[in-house]
Amino acid sequence: MKKISTPYLLLLPGMGFLFTFFILPILNLAQTSTQTPIAGGDTGQYEQTLRFKNYVDAFVENKEQFGRSFLYAFLATALALAIAYPLAYAIAFKSGKLKNLLLVLVVAPFFTSFLLRTIAWKQILGEQGFVVPTLRSLHLISESTTLTSSAFAVVAGMTYNFLPFMTLPLYASIDRIDPRTLEASGDLYANGFTTFRKVTFPLSLPGVVAGTLLTFIPAAGDYVNAAILGSPQTKMIGNVIDSRFFKIVDYPTASALSFTLMAAILILVTVYIRKAGTEELV
Amino acid sequence: MRTISRWFQRNLIRIYAVLAFTYLFIPVAYTFAFSFNDGGKSNLIWKGFTLSNWQNPCGAPEVCTALGNSLKIGFLATTIATILGTMIAFAIGRHKFRGRSATNLLIFLPMATPEIVLGASLLSLFLVFKINPGFWPTVIAHVMFCISFVVVTVKARIASLDPRLEQAAMDLYANERETFRRVTLPLVAPGIAGAALLAFSLSFDDFIITNFNSGTMVTFPKFVYVSATRGIPPQANVIGSSMFILAITIVALGQFVGRKRKVS
Repeated sequence: MKKISTPYLLLLPGMGFLFTFFILPILNLAQTSTQTPIAGGDTGQYEQTLRFKNYVDAFVENKEQFGRSFLYAFLATALALAIAYPLAYAIAFKSGKLKNLLLVLVVAPFFTSFLLRTIAWKQILGEQGFVVPTLRSLHLISESTTLTSSAFAVVAGMTYNFLPFMTLPLYASIDRIDPRTLEASGDLYANGFTTFRKVTFPLSLPGVVAGTLLTFIPAAGDYVNAAILGSPQTKMIGNVIDSRFFKIVDYPTASALSFTLMAAILILVTVYIRKAGTEELV
Repeated sequence: MRTISRWFQRNLIRIYAVLAFTYLFIPVAYTFAFSFNDGGKSNLIWKGFTLSNWQNPCGAPEVCTALGNSLKIGFLATTIATILGTMIAFAIGRHKFRGRSATNLLIFLPMATPEIVLGASLLSLFLVFKINPGFWPTVIAHVMFCISFVVVTVKARIASLDPRLEQAAMDLYANERETFRRVTLPLVAPGIAGAALLAFSLSFDDFIITNFNSGTMVTFPKFVYVSATRGIPPQANVIGSSMFILAITIVALGQFVGRKRKVS
């Protein structure tokens, strides 16, 4: 009797907590998403009318921001992968005694608030920073070009902020590769590129999958980078949900948008994990 | 000339790593440098070196109230999430039971949900029950998103344990409770400590979920975000830099203690 109940006793408090404060809110979100304003009620008063057309309206009205969110998140993920892969490789294979120190350095920027760092980028790349005047005096950019308040800045900010999320899982799976497999590949007359394509990369795939997910998911829902580094033309779906909730008090639309975002991400993630062929994550 | 180009070729990836780390640390260095700026309230342009911001970190209005709230929330959320998460990790890592894959799924889902959805959905639940956003709703929100990260971290540590160590304890007539207390728990402890550190840094730095559930209460990230439009006071840079130095010190001490233990 005792043997059976122990795991459930251990699970109960934590799972109860997650059920109450994660599952119930999501169900409530679904419930709110089909509500409509009470006729003659105040702002922020809604009743359940099962109006599923809320989803269509919300999507049609904001399809641009949806597309932008997924595009920016995709670009930031691809950039972060391109930057982080050689870095993770260097830490795993070329750092010798410095390995632990370098790993700490990858996470270290986290300890300075990410908002402070994002705002630091805004000031470094802004009109009063030193980068823009330098580039202008070298005639690399025109007098009217700015680096902040642009799609470039938003994607760059997201790439920067999520880089450690990409680097750590990549490092974890590259570090597990037995260097002898790479030597063997060289002994069989594969050149550096072929070794990478046929041996290193396939073996690091679990890390690639984990890293891209850990970057893509928060990036798609992010609105802080767009708010600080962007302009009204770079609004993402997160910005819309935020303003629907707080400025317009339009809970049904905000809920429908949140739910659509969550569903879209879950579908993409499932397809992606299936395609990549690693179930190791879950 | 040839030796130089060969040196470059051989060290290309190391040079790359140095560049990548420079990129990672530029904003940290900038934040640190501008904590010494004599720039007054807005701190946008370098106006001269001063130590006064470090001598008087609470000099800007609200900044220390915000920091205090963030620390309180961080400690509470970390404690609760670490306890709940560790229990779940032991259940999954050490027991076979029905509903295990459902449990794993429920742990994975919050990590696969964008923060804005977590924040918005929790707020809408609080609104239904007429609970005003504020201190405790924020603590609850932080526990909720930290639990999964604790479970994953502690579970990995449990999975890496050598089962023979516990069998040895049992062979030496330790009962289940003694084995757990004197063998299993000390071995898992570094994983729990790591999970707690992770939970604290996630909680302390969270903005999106906090912004939804904190109402009028100000936390440090909220303070930074709100002041961003009119310029962040240099005191915020002082606090950001101190947190950085503190965290690095804790990690360095942890490494040092770990190494000492291994030797003895």
